[in-house]
Amino acid sequence: MPGLSPIEGMSPLNPEPATVDLVIDAASAVCMILGALMSLAAAIGLLRFPDLMSRMHAATKPQVLGLFLLLVALGLQMRTWWVWPILVVAWLFQLLTVPVSAHMVGRAGYRTKHLHKELLVTDELDAVVQKAAGKVARDNKTPN
Amino acid sequence: MMDIVVVVTAVILSLAAAGAIIRIARGPSLLDRVLAADVLLVIVGAGLCIDMAVSRHLNNLVLVVAISLIGFIGSVTVARFVADRRDEPVEP
Repeated sequence: MPGLSPIEGMSPLNPEPATVDLVIDAASAVCMILGALMSLAAAIGLLRFPDLMSRMHAATKPQVLGLFLLLVALGLQMRTWWVWPILVVAWLFQLLTVPVSAHMVGRAGYRTKHLHKELLVTDELDAVVQKAAGKVARDNKTPN
Repeated sequence: MMDIVVVVTAVILSLAAAGAIIRIARGPSLLDRVLAADVLLVIVGAGLCIDMAVSRHLNNLVLVVAISLIGFIGSVTVARFVADRRDEPVEP
């Protein structure tokens, strides 16, 4: 491209525009491929992990990190500054909603016994459930 | 370079979608299916993001946000429903 050839007398520290373009393209390509690989990792985790809790662990990767990488790739490709706040808002929105739905699904899975107790390292909810069950039993006993 | 990226990400996302669909079909419980459907929705969003990045437009951005909202509402609703429904037979 003759239009993009280095200008005469330009400082050697300033790279020519074509090189900058290529570097930004390469960075966004890497971000896109990594973001797509997050989805693949989630699918492999969904297929191979034994119970709901570990599958939820795998499923969160493309929702947060994968979307982050893809939005960064989009921002790099657009080459403007004003898109970045929009992308940050989109990512923050995802970041706010994903934990709530994961909490709901996890609670429902725990309550309906969709987990392997022997695979858990710690079960902090068990103590709460036992305490609540004891309180319910006591409440049922007092009126009688 | 963008042509290669499109082909590579298309292959990766197709494999991921196939895995999620297999889990939707096989999933032993309803919650597994909800989780896999959520992942499938995220894969659709990833495809939209890659389309925007490669062809340099922002037309799908609202759709990406709407998809995340739909996934949130869907999984919360189904989780609520499962919890309520499975509790009833246990109660005397």
